[in-house]
Amino acid sequence: MAGTGEGKKEEADYKRLHSFPLIRHTDMPEEMRVETMELCVTACEKYATNNESAAKMIKESMDKKFGSSWHVVIGEGFGFEVTHEVKNLLYMFFGGSLAVCVWKCS
Amino acid sequence: MPVPNNNAAFARKGSNVQKVPGAKSTKAATKKKDEEEAVETGTGWEEWSQGKALVRPPDQMELTEAELKEDITRILTANNPHAPQNIVRYSVKERSYKPINVVDQMAVHCVLEGSLVHQDSEEARKLRVKEGLAQEIATVDATAESEEEKAEASVNPIVDGGDVEETGDEDRPDSAVSRINKKEPKVTNQFNFSNRASQTLNNPMRDRICQTEPPPRSSFSATANQWEIYDAYVQELQKQEKNKEKQKGMHSQKDNGKSKKVMLMETQSEDVTKWTMASKILERTISQNTFDDIAQDFKYFEDASDEFREQEGTLLPLWKFQYDKAKTLSVTALCWNNKYQDLFAVGLGSYNFSRQGCGMLLFYSLKNPAFPEYIYPTSSGVMCLDIHAQHSHLVAVGFYDGCVAVYSLKEEGQEPVYKSTAKTGKHTDPVWQVRWQSDDMDNNHNFYSVSSDGRVVSWTLVKNELVFTDIIRLTLSGAVSEGTEGAQAPSIASGTSFDFHKQIDYMFLVGTEEGKIHKCSKTYSSQFLETYGAHSMAVDTVKWNYFHPKVFVSCSSDWTVKIWDHTINTPMFVFDLQAAVGDVAWSPYSSTVFAAVTTDGTVHVFDLSVNKYEAICQQLVVDKKKTKLTHVEFNPIHPVIIVGDDRGYVTSFKLSPNLRKKPKAKKGHELPKGPEVEVAKMEKLLSLLREPDQNSG
Repeated sequence: MAGTGEGKKEEADYKRLHSFPLIRHTDMPEEMRVETMELCVTACEKYATNNESAAKMIKESMDKKFGSSWHVVIGEGFGFEVTHEVKNLLYMFFGGSLAVCVWKCS
Repeated sequence: MPVPNNNAAFARKGSNVQKVPGAKSTKAATKKKDEEEAVETGTGWEEWSQGKALVRPPDQMELTEAELKEDITRILTANNPHAPQNIVRYSVKERSYKPINVVDQMAVHCVLEGSLVHQDSEEARKLRVKEGLAQEIATVDATAESEEEKAEASVNPIVDGGDVEETGDEDRPDSAVSRINKKEPKVTNQFNFSNRASQTLNNPMRDRICQTEPPPRSSFSATANQWEIYDAYVQELQKQEKNKEKQKGMHSQKDNGKSKKVMLMETQSEDVTKWTMASKILERTISQNTFDDIAQDFKYFEDASDEFREQEGTLLPLWKFQYDKAKTLSVTALCWNNKYQDLFAVGLGSYNFSRQGCGMLLFYSLKNPAFPEYIYPTSSGVMCLDIHAQHSHLVAVGFYDGCVAVYSLKEEGQEPVYKSTAKTGKHTDPVWQVRWQSDDMDNNHNFYSVSSDGRVVSWTLVKNELVFTDIIRLTLSGAVSEGTEGAQAPSIASGTSFDFHKQIDYMFLVGTEEGKIHKCSKTYSSQFLETYGAHSMAVDTVKWNYFHPKVFVSCSSDWTVKIWDHTINTPMFVFDLQAAVGDVAWSPYSSTVFAAVTTDGTVHVFDLSVNKYEAICQQLVVDKKKTKLTHVEFNPIHPVIIVGDDRGYVTSFKLSPNLRKKPKAKKGHELPKGPEVEVAKMEKLLSLLREPDQNSG
């Protein structure tokens, strides 16, 4: 009982500790990177239960801001191989278990 | 009856009564009489007939009253009076002529083909289509036309055979028509207007194609798993903790900026090491640019005035080498590198007995006079050094405290590769000279050293250590003799310099503090081969001639430089230089040229083939009162000498052409080259001297 209780506490702790946005790989310029990351965080927090809506929001905002044909993937378990325009890729973790990959390719 | 053919039907009488009711009476009277006249004149002539008096023509028929009142009826019918009433046609069926009852009564007077087309007919539709195409061009003109045309437009569609406007205003009907056609597509009369068209010049078309480069793309792949995410976070947290530890005051933000910065710093430190090579090259180029004129002089300048000075030459100052930390030290040794002829080694120490501090070993390159290439600080002053002829990274160094050491330039550190200690037979007095020898039978490198403690020691580099062997002990009265004959222990002489014979490997000369020069052999440790009473003071330097096997030079603080033939006890040449001579060196290109430096700051260059009694060049190179010149060395290939002084400076000079004279070619003979020539040169000189010697002695 205590074990599971502790386990839960750890999990909560870990969630708390590990929920900050962590950029795993990017080749975007500084400004763009910060803006995109903020956008992703906002979207994920807003649509915490619905990845699709979050992705839609991100994609549409990116299209408006930085030009057409952005692609967004949000999920907890996936592998990918993408071709992206140079200096237009962001791959980050957020919320302890969510991974977001944003790239541009027309 | 000559009744004119008139279609107009009127009853003579009847019409008269209808038309002119007022003038009935008179008209009726006259009409009755003038039947002919009434027919002729018509209705409008009443006034005429009233005014006129009745005139009877003479041939008028006389009619009775009764006959005049008689009404004669005339009936006008539509029958053609000229049409035959009894047409007979042959009928083939009945084989007889038959009369035709019905006779065609119509008489055609005039036929005129019309061109009106009903608007709903087929032809009209076709015309409209054609008109519609032509209209689109014409409507442009139509709009330009003025509104007045409208009036005429209404008139024009009416078919008029001879219209007045036809000739002049053919355009107007055209446009007017087309304007109407815009609203109601009206079929236009093809005879009434004509189309005019013209085509302006169309500019020719040209295709222009352009393709921009697509923005560059690259691929990226990764996997997003729960464990990947977890690992990433854990790593990040660890990094953050580390950073917090390092910089305690640092404001920790929950961002990725920190990790980025850490990565940046690491990469920067790696970069610095990569740039050493580049920065080195850059430094050299900058040096060359700064000292560009000197570099040019070094390569190309030949003192033209030498042609005018018959025998004398000059030294052109080139670069000056100095090192900040070596300012208090004096140059105690100079040596050129055989392999890299722009590299030379400078040993720094102090000749002052009381003031002994640390020393330094510096390597300079002519390519970068601003800063030494290699710097090795030493605990004790460097007194001598030698660079191995074949392995030019090995440098043997002798110290003031009696140690000898071997440095390897290939090694990174500042410590010597080998160093002798008290246990391993180091000298007890300053080591004045070291010289590399050819490898011994075991292929180990070895070198010799001579010191004031009277020992000439051979050092062999065996694996990791220096193994020493005493070669010979220098004594005052001669070689050490076996056994203790005299009560006095034989006093030890102090060796101050030595030199090995260039060709005969085992023979070497040692100069002592007492002024004697001993000729020794490596194999005989107890006895000298010969002793020359050379100088009155310590022998500073002895040097064998590069070419001539018998000749060597010695210099001393007794102001003299002496040239010897080792077979003869007395010197061949003696030169008094007016000041204590610090060093003397043979030139590598000529057997008769050598240079000497004195403590008064002068460099003396001698060429015995030119002038046997005095220097062909005597040049003051440093400030007389302050600095003393301590050493001189010739560069193996360039016509350059380096001179070290007691302030830690090394100055380089270029020798003017006069100083490097080669024997002139005689007519018809080829210019002889090679050491044999040099030998022959020297031999010639010596033979001149020997004869008088023999004569006198």
